[in-house]
Amino acid sequence: MGVEEAQKNPVLRTDELQAYFGPFHAVKGVSVSIFPNQVIAVIGPSGCGKSTFIRCLNRLHEETPGAKVKGQVWLEGKDIYGKGVDPVLIRRRVGMVFQKPNPFPALSIFDNVAIGPKLMGLRRRALLEEKVEQSLKQAALWNEVKDKLNKLGTSLSGGQQQRLCIARALAINPPVILMDEPTSALDPISTARIEELVQELKNRVTVIMVTHNMQQASRISDKTGFFLLGSMIEYGDTVQVFTKPRDSRTEQYITGRFG
Amino acid sequence: MNFKNWTYLQRRIINWMAKIVLFLFTFLALLPLIMILFYVLRQGGNVLSWSFLTTLPGPTGSTGGMANSIVGSLVMVALASIVGIPLGIVSGVYLSEYGVGKTANILRFSLDLLTCVPSIIVGIFVYGIVVIRYGFSAYAGAFSLALIMLPIVARSSEEIFKLMPGHIREAGLALGLSRWRVILQILLPGCRKAVLTAIMLAVARIFGETAPLLFTALGNQFYARSLSQPTASMSVQIFNWARSGFADLEQQAWAGSFVLVTLILFMNLATRFLGRVRS
Repeated sequence: MGVEEAQKNPVLRTDELQAYFGPFHAVKGVSVSIFPNQVIAVIGPSGCGKSTFIRCLNRLHEETPGAKVKGQVWLEGKDIYGKGVDPVLIRRRVGMVFQKPNPFPALSIFDNVAIGPKLMGLRRRALLEEKVEQSLKQAALWNEVKDKLNKLGTSLSGGQQQRLCIARALAINPPVILMDEPTSALDPISTARIEELVQELKNRVTVIMVTHNMQQASRISDKTGFFLLGSMIEYGDTVQVFTKPRDSRTEQYITGRFG
Repeated sequence: MNFKNWTYLQRRIINWMAKIVLFLFTFLALLPLIMILFYVLRQGGNVLSWSFLTTLPGPTGSTGGMANSIVGSLVMVALASIVGIPLGIVSGVYLSEYGVGKTANILRFSLDLLTCVPSIIVGIFVYGIVVIRYGFSAYAGAFSLALIMLPIVARSSEEIFKLMPGHIREAGLALGLSRWRVILQILLPGCRKAVLTAIMLAVARIFGETAPLLFTALGNQFYARSLSQPTASMSVQIFNWARSGFADLEQQAWAGSFVLVTLILFMNLATRFLGRVRS
């Protein structure tokens, strides 16, 4: 742990986190501390539990029928799986961006971003407009949509839709944003824009991103976690994980010998 | 002519013939509709007039109309819709969004059975539980129409909501929306058009129902003074005219049929139009 990290409290910490789909043990005892203002890449072969892991961090995993979670997740010092904690309130503190761009159908670009703040009680039109503009600017989409905020969110291109989804997540000021392979459905140019955006976002939020693309992980992340068969095999500075992996399985995976 | 050109020509001819055959079959399917409209119009066309739509039915030998039955049909269909549409949508949403387990399966199965119950049986059922106690009324008629409408709206809404991809729901949940807010603010606006189409089809369906109204709303030669009185409807009025045995009244039955078919046709066209405008 670096000096800089030692001075900060982790924004998110998991303790022996276990996740199940019925009898299937998808995440097997993951303990990790994540510090603010970093980009964390989660890599590993398909089906290794990396998506399930991040879906435990905003309590979305439990929405799948038959799914179960054990262990603890501390968000800003509070156990999100504690007794009486409302998952709905947790999800307002942890944003999420999905693999497929999924703006809400039949909602305008403006409403797609405004729905979160409205839900949190922001009612005054002027304040809402300000918040929407700010979020769209942060998502590097404002200049492209400022003249058509009333058009449907689904009328945008794939890359723009994904940035709209990022703006939607940013609009409720979460300290953490989860991204589940956010660029796997996008073309290279849109992908580059999202990667650039993630770099800028880390001044404001902590980004935890699942990715299949190891170049992407090494390009954009500060820390990398490698998952295999439901366990986190290795977690450390991205440079270290990619150049001097401690575990031979990590090395085999990143050099392309399996996965 | 070389071989290559010949296959090209052959392909063109086959393609052209396929098009003709498809067109013929489409025309064949449309033929009954055209024939019905034409035949009904020919039989009843000469009594069809503005006054036919605005006057009460009269005895044989006088010129009568079907104003009261048009009003009666509209009132009963509206009443049935007020009950049947919201209840149907709510059941459909329940089945789609929470519909796992025994209760949901029983509900789903009962709705399917209800769809299959012949409409005359629905009429007799309502006669048994409502009419015997409270008499013939628009309420009883609307009740039986609602029973016919409910499963149609419910099952089609269920299918419509199920078409919404799961990751849209997850995006709503991940934003901190509660389940019912996801349904109300995201899914429902997203399926609005499809739900509207389903509603219009169900309304068109009950508009022409006769059997359930015979035992419940009965019919009336005049305007009903309240909803708890026997009420005329277009289909029952046509039925009564048609079996009257008088040639002039039978002609009015044809004219009434034309008005009813045209109304339903327009309702369907309006649905298609609404669906197109919103997209």
